[in-house]
Amino acid sequence: MSKQIQVSGLDAYYGSHKAIEDVSMTIEPRSITAFIGPSGCGKSTFLRTLNRMHEVIPGARVDGKVLLDGEDLYAPTVEPVSVRRMIGMVFQRPNPFPTMSIYENVAAGLRLNGRVSKSTMDGIVEESLKGANLWNEVKDRLNKPGAGLSGGQQQRLCIARAIAVRPQVLLMDEPCSALDPISTLAIEDLMAKLKDEFTIVIVTHNMQQAARVSDRTAFFNLAAQGKPGKVIEMDETSRMFTNPSQKATEDYITGRFG
Amino acid sequence: MTTIQHISTSRRIKDRVVQGLVYLAFLLAVVPLVSVLWLVISNGLGRFDLEFLTHSMNGIGARDAGGGAYHAIIGTLEQVLLAGVISVPIGLLTAIYLVEYGNKGRLSRAISFFVDVMTGIPSVVAGLFVFAFWILFLGLDFSGWAGALALSILMMPTVVRSAEEMLRLVPNDLREASYALGVAKWRTIVKVVLPTAFTGIITGVMLAVARVAGETAPLLMTVFFTNSINTDPFSGPQMGLPLFVFDQAARPNDTAVDRAWTGALTLILIVMLLNLVARLIARWRSPARGR
Repeated sequence: MSKQIQVSGLDAYYGSHKAIEDVSMTIEPRSITAFIGPSGCGKSTFLRTLNRMHEVIPGARVDGKVLLDGEDLYAPTVEPVSVRRMIGMVFQRPNPFPTMSIYENVAAGLRLNGRVSKSTMDGIVEESLKGANLWNEVKDRLNKPGAGLSGGQQQRLCIARAIAVRPQVLLMDEPCSALDPISTLAIEDLMAKLKDEFTIVIVTHNMQQAARVSDRTAFFNLAAQGKPGKVIEMDETSRMFTNPSQKATEDYITGRFG
Repeated sequence: MTTIQHISTSRRIKDRVVQGLVYLAFLLAVVPLVSVLWLVISNGLGRFDLEFLTHSMNGIGARDAGGGAYHAIIGTLEQVLLAGVISVPIGLLTAIYLVEYGNKGRLSRAISFFVDVMTGIPSVVAGLFVFAFWILFLGLDFSGWAGALALSILMMPTVVRSAEEMLRLVPNDLREASYALGVAKWRTIVKVVLPTAFTGIITGVMLAVARVAGETAPLLMTVFFTNSINTDPFSGPQMGLPLFVFDQAARPNDTAVDRAWTGALTLILIVMLLNLVARLIARWRSPARGR
């Protein structure tokens, strides 16, 4: 079910502006990898290159290789839509579809991609909502609009929607930054549970969160203002937060800058 | 050191004066609207009867009372419907191209420019164009369809502009959420973007319909004129309510002028009714349903 991602020599551009340069890393299956770093250093951009969402922005492009279990996602014949079906994404702000009910939101990925029978769909929706720890809160109002839930519930609805299409990898772009501590805790617990099945990559500004949930951590930084972002260091989370090998990492983690 | 300050008397007076001016401006704006409605209703209600709604002007002499606008009502409904059938799909597809595919490139800028130009076309010119092209150049007959062509020229830019605005209001987050689920772009547009913008698009279409329903000039040269019922918009001269009003109001008899007022009242009612239907459709499809 879950797959390894290998990135080598990846550059990403917005028009002529190079946002990240020469990123290489391996993201292990059935684990949580966290990206930390100051704002504007390219963490989110890099995350979006992993499921070919970067190129959705006009003028954006990517150089380099991203291998999903050895298969190059940027090979010229690869259909980007199929990549995104395998690598799901949860965004910073909860974005349930406003015209759809809770049920339809979870079913959206499958329903918009083809026909699924009602009974199979019911099963998948229930399973996905249970997987996102939301089932008990919404099971009596599945036909109510998704936009009527609280922020934390909406974010879990978005996670349920993402896992309903059974991706191999789940990318999360600051999934808790708009949420209160209780909802954050709910989502962190959920991540710990989901990593048995999925490869999870999370971008976070909250270093305690990275330390709490992730197995491995990558630190991104800019060489200087206006220069592209780079990976400074990547290691086991426990070692990154206790004994980083780079001075810049230590400075960032201990709050000396950023 | 700062202290808590109280609102000075002069500010309080200014506040009152401005408030008064705003109310006054509002009243000034409402006066013409209400007086038009009042005039049309009070003058039109007299002939607003079953005969008016079910009879044409066929065989009604210059001084006769009676007669009706059945032929004109049929004509207006058919012409506006046809104009909508032509311009709504074209306008909507154009708006989708501009918002979703154009990327502000050369073609989309050119389209935007020409849509703006089309918005400024006087309605007579649209009528003249169809007259010159359809009737003089192609040699085809006056018909409701020719009128619908002229109306659709006027309707299209309004539909494009309003639909474009509504599509731009759809948050990009929703498109990205859909892409991230592995949904193809065209399906995202059909299943996510359009339903989200649906209410606004319907409103825009209704405004466009309301605009063309009252057009007289383009019809004069395209559907021509008739006193009898012609239900086939594709052959022979038809009638339209604005034409009916124009014709009857120009006659010297009171009976004809009364018919003109009632025709105007009917036109207003038809547009209002269409608006109401659109509102109902919009509410039925509204995102907030079941909240």
